[in-house]
Amino acid sequence: MPSFVPYLVHTLFPPGVLLPDILLIDFGLICAGIGVIVLLTKTRRWGWLWYDWLTTVDHKKIAILYLIASLVMLMRGGIDALMLRAQLALPTTHFMPASQYDEVFTTHGTIMVFFMGMPFIFALFNAVVPLMIGARDVAFPRLNAMSYWLFAFGAILFNISFVIGGSPNAGWTAYPPYTGLAFNPGPGENYYFLALIIAGMGTTMTGINFLVTTLKMRAPGMSLMKMPMFVWSTMVTSALILFAFPPLTVALAMSLFDRLFGSHFFTLARGGMPMMYVNLFWLFGHPEVYILIIPLFGVFSEVVATFSKKVLFGYPVMVASIVAIMFLAYGTWVHHFFTMGAGPAVNAFFGLSTMLIAIPTGVKIFNWIFTMWGGRIQTTTAMLYQMAFIPVFMVGGATGILLAVVPADYQLHNSYFLVAHFHNVLIGGTLFGLLSGLYYWWPKMFGMKLNETQGKWAFWLFLIGFWVTFLPQYLLGLKGMTRRIYTYPLGFGWHDLNVISTFGAFIMGAAFVVLVYNIVWSLLYGERDLTGDPWDGRTLEWSLPSPVPEYNFPRIPVVHDRDAWWAMKQKGQSLADLRPEDVHDVEMPKNSPIPFLLGASFFVLGFGMTFAWWPIAIIGFVGIILCLLFSGFDYDDHHHLKADVIRQTEATLGRLQG
Amino acid sequence: MSLPLVDEHAQQLPLEFADEHESMKITGFWMFLVTDVLIFASLFSTYAVFHNSVAAGPTANQLFKMGPVLLETLLLLTSSFTIGLGIYAMRKGQVRALMAWTFLTILLGAGFVTTEIHDFVSFAALHATWHTSAFLSAFDILVGTHGAHVTFGIFWAVTLLFQLRKHGITERTARKIYTFSLYWHFLDIVWIFIFTFVYLNGKLG
Repeated sequence: MPSFVPYLVHTLFPPGVLLPDILLIDFGLICAGIGVIVLLTKTRRWGWLWYDWLTTVDHKKIAILYLIASLVMLMRGGIDALMLRAQLALPTTHFMPASQYDEVFTTHGTIMVFFMGMPFIFALFNAVVPLMIGARDVAFPRLNAMSYWLFAFGAILFNISFVIGGSPNAGWTAYPPYTGLAFNPGPGENYYFLALIIAGMGTTMTGINFLVTTLKMRAPGMSLMKMPMFVWSTMVTSALILFAFPPLTVALAMSLFDRLFGSHFFTLARGGMPMMYVNLFWLFGHPEVYILIIPLFGVFSEVVATFSKKVLFGYPVMVASIVAIMFLAYGTWVHHFFTMGAGPAVNAFFGLSTMLIAIPTGVKIFNWIFTMWGGRIQTTTAMLYQMAFIPVFMVGGATGILLAVVPADYQLHNSYFLVAHFHNVLIGGTLFGLLSGLYYWWPKMFGMKLNETQGKWAFWLFLIGFWVTFLPQYLLGLKGMTRRIYTYPLGFGWHDLNVISTFGAFIMGAAFVVLVYNIVWSLLYGERDLTGDPWDGRTLEWSLPSPVPEYNFPRIPVVHDRDAWWAMKQKGQSLADLRPEDVHDVEMPKNSPIPFLLGASFFVLGFGMTFAWWPIAIIGFVGIILCLLFSGFDYDDHHHLKADVIRQTEATLGRLQG
Repeated sequence: MSLPLVDEHAQQLPLEFADEHESMKITGFWMFLVTDVLIFASLFSTYAVFHNSVAAGPTANQLFKMGPVLLETLLLLTSSFTIGLGIYAMRKGQVRALMAWTFLTILLGAGFVTTEIHDFVSFAALHATWHTSAFLSAFDILVGTHGAHVTFGIFWAVTLLFQLRKHGITERTARKIYTFSLYWHFLDIVWIFIFTFVYLNGKLG
């Protein structure tokens, strides 16, 4: 046994994870962990944690779980970004060793796309889509919880890599042969592949769930063309997920097989072909870009209509545009590697198809502007993000068109121009959209408003910080600086611009701190939302009290108009005039520990496979089988919520007549 | 919220579609099948790219033996027919006939998997494994993923037999059997593509 212990220590804690900064973080995490355990024990909250949160199948609570996870991941990815920028501002000081720089840019990208952006979007889906369509839950509540726990344990698996065994270091795209065993031993890339496969399964299930929810569970009268824009964007995003994630899963699984079992898909020997991975990855990756932006187009469409006090301009065209983008999204993946050398005909096709996407997107931009035109605009924080998004996203889109020009792309490929472009659309589009949605729907999720003054501070810091960070990066790209380099000679004239860019990044860091302060302050002292409709909203979620009771709607509404709640208010109707005889028993899904245990089993399987410790992997596999078996034989997954309970709740809220 | 008209309509539907929740799960299962189609599409396209990358290993023509493949095809296609008869029995409410047909489907599926494993073992004896070439990696993962699906289906069907014995034919068990039959027919269709594009094409092309 004595030789076993050094082996274990060396495998779990190689020199790469024993850097002073990582050890400091380890110490902080251990202290925080002990602190949480002590706090939960002292306040006797373990039961609360387990019964109210870990086993919940309520979409509103799952939304909050997603939101917490994505904010934590935003912090992790943001700190990664600040470390990268610090190194690039001090290129001669070796703030980080090159190997650590590789790890940090890999985790920054992976976390921001898969573990921050996607769960934040799912937080918004879960929080409001069932409420917007007048449903009591999503189509498959237990599957929804499984999606969450697969995502969460995938994220945990990915995040422990920097403490145990070493982080992945081949970029967020994980191209072979960088990921090949010959060039990249150690568990880092195994973590990447397994975490993304596990979280990706959860995402696929979310896609299925919300597609069926929006197709099948709409309130009577809500035809497809009466759905709120956000619901349309949910449906389109779910369809994109359905078609995009399988190729990713296949590409990741094949890379993992190459590493663990010695197959030859993407190796350089025995006929393997790395470019096959690149094709499969971007067959997923380009639709993924639209998965990350279309939901936010939906958010902006809701926000702009609400705060302009007007109906959304050109609703049918808006629908047609996102559906067009959905189809076009599958015809553009080669533009990520024009330099592969596919030939002029292929490159010309993909260049043109890419430019074509600008048309429906441009239509949407005009429609948002025309919605504001002549409206009574209220400059709330949510609306500020919407208004800032339009010019920022237009710059991002325009530089995207430049990159779609094939000859130009041969110059700009993998330069900081590209880095600036995709941050331009992902921050200006995705992050601004997420924050807009956060400020807009926060009262509905938590029952109080986020403080507007603090919110506006965070907004301005984000906006200014964004431009200061990324405008210099366009220039750096034009001056020839390529991505993923950790140092450069001072004589290239890149240093000043890099320092400015780093300064901007720290302004955005400050914005995040203000955002967190804003959230904590508002949770403690925020203005309570007593009406349920603080923004004078247009869609059905604002017809309910905040926060929404477990069963959502005591009586399912009948929809006659597109902006259903607005129309009801215009006609002087309200859902608060509920008569006791309108309330009936409601069938609700029962909480279940299975989703949590299934996620945990996948975590054990993934951890075992990462280190090729098969006994541990088998334990995880058996756990998965047991969870599936238990789920299959469990017929007792619903309970009846009695009409009296609902009447009592509604009476307390002052919504029951008589 | 249901109107009288809706109830009349529901009574005419087969049992597995009668309950709103169960019917929705069938829709969801179709969506799952879409993702599975794309998994196989990705694997087929990988095979198409790699089918000539044989390195120093055997080619498709040298390796494939049509005898076992024909037997596999026969077993799987017959099992698709038997599960169809099972659904027919289910619609008539005959639980014992349904269980018998499902059991026969399981046996045929097991025969398919056994033949396939035997075939793979015979390849390994010739040192034709996924260590050999990109072609064999792509072949193994495509045919292997299908075989793993069939194996999973067999175990799934066994659990369904236990559920049928306990609960009889209800809205829920009917929906479960129906989704299983969709899954099984889907695997049959995938096999027809494997038979054509991998085996026939490898032998004749």
